[in-house]
Amino acid sequence: MREVTYSYAINETLHQLMQKDERVVLIGQGVTSPWYVGTTTVGLISRFGEERVIDPPVSENCTTGVAIGLAFTGMRPIYVFPRMDFMYYAMDQIANHAANWYFMFGGQLNVPMTIWAIINRGGEQAAQHSQAIHAIFAHIPGLKVVAPSNGYDAKGLLVSCVNDGNPVIFVDDRWLYNLKCNVPEELYSIPIGKGIFRKRGDDVTIIASSYMVHEAILAAEECEERGINVDVIDLRSIKPIDFDLISQSVKRTKRIVIVDGGWKTCGLSAEIAAKIAESELIKNLKAPLIRVTLPDVPAPASSSLEQIYYPRKEKIVSTVQKIMEV
Amino acid sequence: MDIKRLPQEFIINLYETMLKIRVFEEKVADLILKKEIICPCHLYIGQEAVATGVCAALRKDDYIFSTHRSHGHYLAKGGDMKKLMAELFCRETGTSKGRGGSMHIASIDMGIMGSSAIVGGSIPLAVGAALGFKIQKKDSVAVAFFGEGAVCEGVFYESLNFAALKKLPVIFVCEKNHYSTHMPISKILADPSIYKKALSFAMDGALVDGNDVLKVYEKTKIAVDSARSGEGPYLLECLTYRWRGHVGPNYDLDKGLRSSEELEYWMKKCPIKSLEKIMVMNSILSEKEMEFIKLKVENEVEEAIKFAKESPKPPQTEDELMLYVFK
Repeated sequence: MREVTYSYAINETLHQLMQKDERVVLIGQGVTSPWYVGTTTVGLISRFGEERVIDPPVSENCTTGVAIGLAFTGMRPIYVFPRMDFMYYAMDQIANHAANWYFMFGGQLNVPMTIWAIINRGGEQAAQHSQAIHAIFAHIPGLKVVAPSNGYDAKGLLVSCVNDGNPVIFVDDRWLYNLKCNVPEELYSIPIGKGIFRKRGDDVTIIASSYMVHEAILAAEECEERGINVDVIDLRSIKPIDFDLISQSVKRTKRIVIVDGGWKTCGLSAEIAAKIAESELIKNLKAPLIRVTLPDVPAPASSSLEQIYYPRKEKIVSTVQKIMEV
Repeated sequence: MDIKRLPQEFIINLYETMLKIRVFEEKVADLILKKEIICPCHLYIGQEAVATGVCAALRKDDYIFSTHRSHGHYLAKGGDMKKLMAELFCRETGTSKGRGGSMHIASIDMGIMGSSAIVGGSIPLAVGAALGFKIQKKDSVAVAFFGEGAVCEGVFYESLNFAALKKLPVIFVCEKNHYSTHMPISKILADPSIYKKALSFAMDGALVDGNDVLKVYEKTKIAVDSARSGEGPYLLECLTYRWRGHVGPNYDLDKGLRSSEELEYWMKKCPIKSLEKIMVMNSILSEKEMEFIKLKVENEVEEAIKFAKESPKPPQTEDELMLYVFK
């Protein structure tokens, strides 16, 4: 099978989805730009035209509402935020409107809409261009949240998002864009709500999603060299979350490290920890679970601070070692 | 407008629709006072000519997007009265199966695409629907109803800009009812003239007497014809007045929010009485025939109340609660 970059996989999927289904429309800041969203939208404007590839004025709240209105006419909009930070502007349309519409009118009108949310951290971009706020959306009833960790998943999950009848947040991390993996050329889908094992081992379970899966795998490999065998779970979907998969693993390992690229307080890691605490799993744990997340601090600009702000492989390895000592 | 150009039946329909809204809303006010309706209702009394005149210029396949003050829009666009009343009683048979209440009603078959209780929140939805029509080369139009309070929201300006930029078939209908919750216009808008804001976005706009149903119809028809033929959006400012308080049945006179002189002035400009005068003058309907229509409407409302009261509430089960979260 051919090997392609993550960003190529997204670009190819968009081309194929728009080619296959006339209802698919791409809207959002930068979709006609050669650099704003990496190379993920290259060639779309010349192929599908301004009517289906819409680079709107920076009116995020209005144009997110526009995408919802498009869905009401039978279209399948994909709305892109080139930085997750900009989503706060559109919070009203996402949380009050897209998420509630199906429920609020007794199931009369659903919102088949993909919200493609790009995390673009690092590079001294500071607090308003680096945020990973997937947990905020996972909190809201009526929204689904997926977070691929590689090009294969990005393609399959993006297809599922567009075919889903609900608003789905597709969380995309720019740190994945240059990573390569095997990706089939034809369209396929990956079910929303199902996770996958990336590594198997009996000593510790690491639960991760999105880019942090890579750091987790690297950490697991290093742990293996030191004689600690790790299960690495890639959640793929943040909501609904595949708790069966977590249970399956934790029943064996009885030790848990949760790794998340978001903040700690009330974040994804807190939700997973709470679910474990509510289940039978907690009775048999050999050690209290440990979370590896961002500190509860806005993203700093200076690279010296960034290096201690973003958790990497080393932090995960030392955490695994720590939990094995208990 | 020259009333003789319009078919008599059309004018009688306008009258009946306004009356329907009025009688419905007055009954709802009673039911709130009797504590039979609990969910918050924002009554439309006094503004009937706006919804009626606007919707008379629309087709079934045109979309409307409404607000927290939604009953008038729904009835004027042809929504089923029984289902509306049942929704106010939060029953399983309501438009939204008791999940939405007064502020969230819809009837997709009639092009009533829902109502938002977030001020200005449904404006961009109408713009998006208009974009969908344009992409699919349909000649439908979308209407966004909102009050002057929404003109203070950023999304209003964003929506005007986007609609004008893309020349979309959307009509922005501002129902200027003189209040934004408890705040008079003078305390919320630096420039109270709303239709002129269209100029800043190179789009058409007009001011109309929102208590004159024929004038509202006439202006909307111009706006709709223009939008349908690809001329882009239109901003219609309808000058009207909300008789009751922001929410609920009270007149708010005792709370010092407005004077009784002001209310009386506007009650004299009642949109329904005004049309009655015109119809008598032009021999369209006699007093007796109007009485007959009133009786018919009152019966319809009574039947709707009976239907609502006899309808079950949503079943109290976990499964039922979890319905409609995801499709």
